Amino acid sequence: MKNVRLENVSKMFGTAIGVENVDIDVKPGEFFTFLGPSGCGKTTTLRMIAGFYYPTNGKIFFDNRDVTTLQPNKRNIGMVFQNYALFPHMTVFENIAFGLEVRKMSKAVIREKVERAQKLVHLEKYGARKINELSGGQQQRVALARALVIEPDILLLDEPLSNLDAKLREETRIEIKRLQVELGVTTIYVTHDQTEAMTMSDRIMVMKEGVVQQIGTPQEIYNQPSNHFVASFIGESNVLDGEVIEIIGDAVKVKLDDDFYLNGSMNQTANGKKLVVGEKIKCSIRPEAVFEGQGTNELKGTIQLVEFTGVSINYVVEVGSNIMKIMIINKGNQILNRGDSITLHVPENGIYLIGE
Amino acid sequence: MSTNQAIVTRDNWWARLTRSKYFVYVLISPLFLILLAYVIYPFYQTFIQSIVGEEGATLENYKRFFGLTSTANLEALWTSVYISVISVITCAIVGVTMAFLMERYEFPGRKILSVLILVPMALPPLVGVLSFTFLYGESGILPRAVQALFNLEQVPFSLKGVVGVIVVHTFTMYTYFYLTAAAAIKGLDPSLEEAATSLGSGRIRIWLKVILPMLTPSLVASSLLVFMISMASYTAPLMFGVERTMTMQIYLSRTNGNLDMAATQSTILSIVSISFLILMRWYQGRRNFQNQSKGIGVHRTELRTQFAKYMSMLLSFVGVIILMLPILVLVLISFSVDGEWTIQIIPTAYTLEHYIDLFTDERTWRPIWNSLQMSFVATAGNILFGVAAAYALVRMKFKGKVFLDILIMVPWALPGTVVAVNLIAAFSEPTVFSFNQVLIGTFWILPLAYFVRHLPLIFRSTSAALMQMDESVEEAARSLGANWWYTFRRVVVPMVFSGILAGTLLAMVQGIGEFVASILIYSTRTMPLSVAIFQKMYAFQFGTACAYGVLQIILIITVLFISQKITDGKAGSAI
Ligand SMILES: Nc1ncnc2c1ncn2[C@@H]1O[C@H](COP(=O)(O)OP(=O)(O)OP(=O)(O)O)[C@@H](O)[C@H]1O
Ligand SMILES: [Mg+2]
Repeated sequence: MKNVRLENVSKMFGTAIGVENVDIDVKPGEFFTFLGPSGCGKTTTLRMIAGFYYPTNGKIFFDNRDVTTLQPNKRNIGMVFQNYALFPHMTVFENIAFGLEVRKMSKAVIREKVERAQKLVHLEKYGARKINELSGGQQQRVALARALVIEPDILLLDEPLSNLDAKLREETRIEIKRLQVELGVTTIYVTHDQTEAMTMSDRIMVMKEGVVQQIGTPQEIYNQPSNHFVASFIGESNVLDGEVIEIIGDAVKVKLDDDFYLNGSMNQTANGKKLVVGEKIKCSIRPEAVFEGQGTNELKGTIQLVEFTGVSINYVVEVGSNIMKIMIINKGNQILNRGDSITLHVPENGIYLIGE
Repeated sequence: MSTNQAIVTRDNWWARLTRSKYFVYVLISPLFLILLAYVIYPFYQTFIQSIVGEEGATLENYKRFFGLTSTANLEALWTSVYISVISVITCAIVGVTMAFLMERYEFPGRKILSVLILVPMALPPLVGVLSFTFLYGESGILPRAVQALFNLEQVPFSLKGVVGVIVVHTFTMYTYFYLTAAAAIKGLDPSLEEAATSLGSGRIRIWLKVILPMLTPSLVASSLLVFMISMASYTAPLMFGVERTMTMQIYLSRTNGNLDMAATQSTILSIVSISFLILMRWYQGRRNFQNQSKGIGVHRTELRTQFAKYMSMLLSFVGVIILMLPILVLVLISFSVDGEWTIQIIPTAYTLEHYIDLFTDERTWRPIWNSLQMSFVATAGNILFGVAAAYALVRMKFKGKVFLDILIMVPWALPGTVVAVNLIAAFSEPTVFSFNQVLIGTFWILPLAYFVRHLPLIFRSTSAALMQMDESVEEAARSLGANWWYTFRRVVVPMVFSGILAGTLLAMVQGIGEFVASILIYSTRTMPLSVAIFQKMYAFQFGTACAYGVLQIILIITVLFISQKITDGKAGSAI
């Protein structure tokens, strides 16, 4: 269990930027996730923590020890690779034992530890199997056991679920989280899947094109996205263009179209930004924050598309020059049709104001 | 306190060095040093010898080479070139035709033929030429048989001179065309051909417009290869007495003591070979493999008419005979009593003596033991160099990769004769690279020659295996705490083992059979197997010579078989 700190870490590949100015402080025992689209620099950052790349700039600390250029084999990390990277010429047992043999432990200790690790990932009976005789999910669990058995200070996982099918992915996700909580190991997890990130993490770092966009708990990221990108990358969101036309105390009045206005609050701005009159901004409204019927921030629109999922009724509604997605919990309400007009309202706390 | 300080600073110094992005050049410098010492430096010495006359640098030798006062050299160059061109053409015709027949038609005898068709690869150059002279030479079995059959005054035909060389080249080198063409035809989508037919194209049009263009890359690559090997060919011209080829001229210049001229001829031949190597690499670099789609089972056309069936059976039979005869005749003669076979069609008296002698008679066993030892030493060096070079080129990032790659391939492209001349030029006197020893005349010169000639074999097979191995497996080992060396031993080597082994076996048998360089630099104390065969041949001890040959063939077939098994034909061929 160690604290991991990155101070202004950047990595250049020649002149191309891998990541820029990453500044994070992962607490001991925390489950920390790097989230972002392909090519945003998640793997690059993880590999610097593992020691496979050295940063071009900045420093990396494990518990105040500068490990920026320490060799990977001296960092005591456990790493799970996207393609598992198991040793194909060894059995399951030998794979898991590898890290212990490196540490020159006695045969008896190794046997005991490996067997415990096998039990942990439910592979007790598979010790003698060759790697190519295992299913994808089993291979994944061997990789996990191999990384955990050395009792690493830090566990690094690079998209560990991306090669599994949907059902197995969910099972393994719960499994990983269970192990992490049980062992309390500091974990850094890389994914481009927001559901994984939201369900597993204590904190998430959202990245885009090598630049950190936001760091926060899942709730913070979801409810208070710091910019347009985060708002639309995490979950679904209606991001509407508007202009601040009036500020009275904390109340902010935003003009969307000629006859559509929203009343937001200065307490609900990205990064606590102070807005000024005349400023062009974006309003982020989650589909589930919009309600049918009359109330504050009333909007009138025409239904363009209707989707019934069972749990909810989803509408795509044309409101002035904007298109909005709306999700209404199914409580036996009447379902409207395409072309019908609909009246909507948005409570003030459902509107999040993002500066340009 | 102060010692502590010192340790810390030294540690930092070492750590800084290993972390520097220039550290990789420290790691690869031994590779370059070896290439410098045993490839570049010998080549340079030969070049120097060719341009340094009595009083300073001069182009005198080159003027003489290209001058018209004595045209021997130009004739030799011309003969080498035209023999090579004709060899390419004949090999292409035989190889591609065979590939088409074997891949596209189903006929009685196809299976056995498809195995035997690779027999020429199992014939070491010297042994191959030997069996051809026994079979088709002036006093060969076949010409004499025909003579006896028709009661002729003289033998009606015999293999000699340039024709002999070309026939031997065709027999031993058509496999290059056969293998690449067969691979290309396997990849040809038969529906393409069917589509063309359904559009109303005639057979010839299909050939010209569809099939030929798709075969072009493999044909060009094989042509360059066969041309290069033909230019380097030494044994065939030697045995068929064609003196006016480049390799023979070098040999003759040397034996006549005209060292400057030998150096000049070597340099010129080297330039030709290296140009071809670079041309080949350039061509392979830009050639695309788009039509190598796998999994399309080419359906073979079955022959329908009775006549075609009988015809094909007959032709298969002839094919099998032609392919097997060289080996059969070697086996036959290996049992013959030395000196008894003179004017008869086939030997009359037989004995097992030669095989017993191979392992019991000290004088007969000696060359085998020499070759085993020398090849073993060379191969050990090749393993170290080949595996290190493969790892460096596949896994490390540094400038000059292409250069290193070409440098490793150069000795393979150079004719064995040239390699020998270069080594003589470099190591006839003490140098740093030979630890201040004269190597010529010692045990070490032959292993060095084998090492240089077979430099790329293990390198190539190991690279192929390494490229198939995912780099993250190594990183996994590192993250588990293993240092680089431990990772290399426990993870990398086991994973590429089949590749290393395949290359090692090949280098070993090639070393045991090496003749071309050996004949120029062997010393009588360490006479290798191939030179012994050559001498037995000239001493009319045909039986012993052939027993040696059979032994070599058995070795090669065993090795080919093992390689096939361990790699499942996966790791690309070492050539
Ligand atoms: N070894 C390298 N050399 C050059 N550029 C690289 C290298 N590794 C990564 N990059 C570049 O750095 C950027 C970040 O890559 P990285 O692999 O970290 O992305 P990622 O977020 O892990 O994406 P993915 O989800 O696709 O795995 C990309 O633009 C990539 O092209
Ligand atoms: Mg990645």
